[in-house]
Amino acid sequence: MTLAPDVLALQLLTGLALGALYALLAIGLSLIFGMLTVVNFAHGAFFMVGAYVGFFLYGLTGSFWASLVGAPLAVGAVGLVVERFLVRPLYGRGLDYPLLLTFGLAYVLVEIVRILFGKQGLPFDTPEALSGAVDVWVGYFPLYRLFVIGAAAAATLAVWLFIDKTSYGLIIRAGARDPVIVRILGIDIARVWLAIFGIGAALAGFAGVLAAPLQGVAPEMGDTVLAEAFVVTVIGGMGSLLGAVVAGLLVGVTISMTSLFAPEMARVCVFALMALVLLVRPQGMFGRAGLLS
Amino acid sequence: MLTVADLNAWYGLSHVLQGVTLEIGQGEIVAIMGRNGAGKTTTLKSVMGLVDCRAGSVVFQGREILAEPTHLRFALGLGYVPEERRIVPGLTVRENLRLGLLASPNRARETLVIDHIAATFPRLKERLDQFGDTMSGGEQQMLAIARAMVSDPKMIMLDEPTEGVMPVLVDEMLSLFVELKRQGTALLLVEQNVDLALDIADRAYIMDHGTIVHHASAQSLRANKEVQERYCSV
Repeated sequence: MTLAPDVLALQLLTGLALGALYALLAIGLSLIFGMLTVVNFAHGAFFMVGAYVGFFLYGLTGSFWASLVGAPLAVGAVGLVVERFLVRPLYGRGLDYPLLLTFGLAYVLVEIVRILFGKQGLPFDTPEALSGAVDVWVGYFPLYRLFVIGAAAAATLAVWLFIDKTSYGLIIRAGARDPVIVRILGIDIARVWLAIFGIGAALAGFAGVLAAPLQGVAPEMGDTVLAEAFVVTVIGGMGSLLGAVVAGLLVGVTISMTSLFAPEMARVCVFALMALVLLVRPQGMFGRAGLLS
Repeated sequence: MLTVADLNAWYGLSHVLQGVTLEIGQGEIVAIMGRNGAGKTTTLKSVMGLVDCRAGSVVFQGREILAEPTHLRFALGLGYVPEERRIVPGLTVRENLRLGLLASPNRARETLVIDHIAATFPRLKERLDQFGDTMSGGEQQMLAIARAMVSDPKMIMLDEPTEGVMPVLVDEMLSLFVELKRQGTALLLVEQNVDLALDIADRAYIMDHGTIVHHASAQSLRANKEVQERYCSV
């Protein structure tokens, strides 16, 4: 079968919009793992809670912009509480303790949302100002998806500037590589870890509210996305911001392109891509070797 | 300035510090010597709060700090240059120095402080925007010391500062230590090279099996070949 180039180009854009969401999730996962060595299995649930907070705020205020700002703030606050009271007591006990904790927490969050909003998924209307399609030269493309790409790019840029250009960022970069010297130089690393967990959760919440108009909200919406976000993190390299972005877009495009030819193969292809990358570079595309050893 | 009394520390089940007692005053250079595994590094780490100490007392600037976290000990004016140097990979020399300033009041005059340090360490000045971990071992040691100095600590603990450093840099380093002493900074020095340590130290403690076995002025220790032979020879 043959497909016109313009169809391929539009599908590529769709893949980028999907990939932008994966990148947001993977940046958070990667930051949290790179700094705290916590494999956060609640990240998909944070994404889902972000979508529901957005849904709730949208209904309450009638403003999508309010939900776009409120959802990451609310989920970030949840992240702060989770790190401070649940994850922190487990530091120094090995990888599996926080992993199991966040794994269980994800179930708790999903159940809470089911109790509050019901088991059924709910529709989330695309905001008026962002609905419709725009001419992108190769054809018409939904405006909202372009907005997702732009918003994710803006958030990523903000995180990058924060990490690369500010004093807090210097602490984060140093703390990811050597937390001991950061403590010796007088910095309370526990506060840094708290902030990182909060930022990672906020990014997941932001991705959730961005995704809501594309797919509606459902208590289980975080489950599949979590698996894909982990794949992205592994492909990009744990702890690498650039890796999260590149691999996020790559996985998004892989999914959207295979969906065009063989939809049932889309997820398989993503895992095949991961296997391929790991065969060539076990630490991922931009990861440092030996982070887990 | 610092008084350590009957300090005990454990690594798991092994009792590595068994009642260490020592003190150091303002502007003093004090050396801790002894064989590998005697507990010298652990003593410094314990004073910095990097080892779980469950018994004894560490009083710095009149304040009991045994239970205080490491970052608070820094805030009280305690600097530490660990044996591994811990130059952060992927950060430039300037960023490594800035890291030493972030928790210090000197942060407000960062440019001034870094200019001053660059004047003190010409070798670092040329390399400010180079990655710290790409420099030679001796230069990295200089950076580690400079990074501990930027916050103007009242006391600096140095673990094997001259190890693997070429002689010309060692000379630079020793004159720097003497200058720091002149400015009133206390230096607690762990050193394998006995002659070198006794050259600049006022007093020395000798450790063996996690405890202080000998304490004397540098002068009398230099003459006491028997003690040197017994506890410090390899």
